[in-house]
Amino acid sequence: MGLLISAASIAILVTIGIVLSMVFETVHFFRIYDWTNFFFGSTWSPNFRGDSELAILPLLWGTLYISAVALLVAVPVGLFAAVYLAEFAGPRVRATAKPLLELLAGIPTIVYGLFALITVGPGLVQLFGEGGFFGVSWMAGASSVLTAGLVMGIMLIPFVSSLSDDIINAVPQSLRDGSLGLGATRSETIRQVVLPAALPGIVGAILLAASRAIGETMIVVMGAGAVAKISGNPFEAMTTITTRIVSQLTGDSDFTSPETLVAFALGISLFVLTLGLNLVALAVVRKYREQYE
Amino acid sequence: MTPRSRSLFAADPQIQSRKRADARFRLYGLAAILASLALLAVLLGTVIGNGLGAFQQSYLTLEVELLESKLDKTGNRDIEEIKKVTTFGYDPLLTAAAERLIETHNIQTDLRAKDIAKLLSKSAVSDLRDFVVADPSQIGSTVSFDFLVNARVDGYLKGRVTRESIADDKMISAEQLDAVDQLVAAGALVKRFNLDFILGSDASDQRPESAGIGTAMLGSLAMMLVVLVLTLPVGVAASIYLEEFAPKNRLTDLIEVNISNLAAVPSIVFGILGLAVFINILHLPMSAPLVGGLVLSLMTLPTIIISSRAAMKSVPPSIRDAALGVGASRMQAVFHHVLPLAAPGILTGTIIGLAQALGETAPLLLIGMVGFIASTAPETMGDALLAPNTALPAQIFEWAKRADPAFYERAWGGIIVLLVFLVAMNAIAILLRRRFERRW
Repeated sequence: MGLLISAASIAILVTIGIVLSMVFETVHFFRIYDWTNFFFGSTWSPNFRGDSELAILPLLWGTLYISAVALLVAVPVGLFAAVYLAEFAGPRVRATAKPLLELLAGIPTIVYGLFALITVGPGLVQLFGEGGFFGVSWMAGASSVLTAGLVMGIMLIPFVSSLSDDIINAVPQSLRDGSLGLGATRSETIRQVVLPAALPGIVGAILLAASRAIGETMIVVMGAGAVAKISGNPFEAMTTITTRIVSQLTGDSDFTSPETLVAFALGISLFVLTLGLNLVALAVVRKYREQYE
Repeated sequence: MTPRSRSLFAADPQIQSRKRADARFRLYGLAAILASLALLAVLLGTVIGNGLGAFQQSYLTLEVELLESKLDKTGNRDIEEIKKVTTFGYDPLLTAAAERLIETHNIQTDLRAKDIAKLLSKSAVSDLRDFVVADPSQIGSTVSFDFLVNARVDGYLKGRVTRESIADDKMISAEQLDAVDQLVAAGALVKRFNLDFILGSDASDQRPESAGIGTAMLGSLAMMLVVLVLTLPVGVAASIYLEEFAPKNRLTDLIEVNISNLAAVPSIVFGILGLAVFINILHLPMSAPLVGGLVLSLMTLPTIIISSRAAMKSVPPSIRDAALGVGASRMQAVFHHVLPLAAPGILTGTIIGLAQALGETAPLLLIGMVGFIASTAPETMGDALLAPNTALPAQIFEWAKRADPAFYERAWGGIIVLLVFLVAMNAIAILLRRRFERRW
């Protein structure tokens, strides 16, 4: 019995381990680097002369921008796909389309990363680059917010669609019957009855997808670039929290320099950000489920 | 109000527009599905289109005379003496063989034999040396040997390298390609299936043609073993406790919330944990599959706990009641009755968790499984766990970073290998579910 209990508490130990390992090094980091500069500074330029500027804002901007592009792709497509699967599709279409969509979710992120690096990036340059298809020169290199965002959007489609599909299916049939009985068409029923009823759950699903996007690493490492800047142009390369964690912690790292230790501060910021989103999302979804059970 | 239509049989304009809106809405849904499926097709098409080339490689057949005067000056076939001849000592043999190649196939070229020998891979001399060292009795004879050609020539045969693209290339010239065309026509230079890509080791960034993914597969296999050995018992034990014994209190509530949150923590965070705890505090070796396995175990554990719990929840309470009714203890009821019935579900969940872990890359970057050449395969089980190695997705990432575009083909090929494993694992999981699933 004791064995069983200790196995169950490993999950808690892991969480404590994650938090402690990062807090410890983060405290270390803030002892040698001013925390106001980290949170409120506006430049990210690590170097080895010792006068690095390590501010999280440009990274946070890149992260949120790319995630927003990804959600802009994934939410409409995923939501419409879910509505179609749940409300219109016959059992046979459903039985083929749903597993195929979930196949997209089972593909490892390294595949999406390579797709962004070798196919989508150069493809976008051919469209928007110098001498490209549209005759504009908006894009200089293959790495950009758009490259990473589009590919990440593809990755998130099945995530949004399967969560929303479950939620739409959980809306009681009596609501639909009532609306259809009053003479509404199916699309009116969906837009004015089913979707509003499912809205909290769908918001929860989108929040979970956002947390996925923020924590995604391989696609942005291979598709987004390494330039930390705050800009509104989606054709420019930008960088994210996760890519900087990777670049500060790979290679020969010296665990006393702020350039390395900053990765732990970034890590804990990322952890807190995604944890917050997850907690809110789970609470929303749970509350919504209770409403109809 | 829009005017009502006069007849019951003709729809009035308002109804018509509502119906059109309905059809449009339905079309949007269908378009979304088709768009996602099209994206899936494009993605898989890109992978297969770019990656299949890696499974084929071009070889040039040469008749090499293993001159005793070059390889074994003393003539007593002493293996130590033979080993002293470095790869430079083998260069003249290849040049001579290239000379003979030009004569026998009547190749029309202004190039010297030395430049024809340069069509071969940089690994050709060491392959030849390995052959001689392994079997010194061949010295003095003439052997027919299939050498890898370099990545440019291979790319030319595969259509990746064209005469336009090599204009500024120092590695190969148009005259060499002319010779290549004649060699292909003569049947000396052929493209065939390349088992070495699947079984071989990585090669330095000068020799993409001889890079293989076998060693990375061994690394992944070692990690998966660690994950399986650690997560299956712990995950099952945890879910037995939570599902069958746990009292409903704040602590178990906390554990449950914790597990579902842990499943959604970004994988890179587990990499930071691995670096901080396993490498900096416990001083386990960098790049070791053991560390990779430990990190992936922590990541996979929540997945396995969640699916095991679902499997145990689906076993009806009547089974437990019957066991308890005939006098079994609660432990016996669980271990003798509930667990065997839940086993297929648990197994399915475990395989899916392992498949997820197999494709995970980000945490492996932080514990150093990328950035070096995994050129030697581990020989013992201890080596497989503790010696630096890479893993399938890490090897793919490593190839994608290298400058020579010939490595991109390797990376896509590696993805095909990875996807074959994932498809196989998921197929097994689906079969298990179909075969053993019981509806109560």
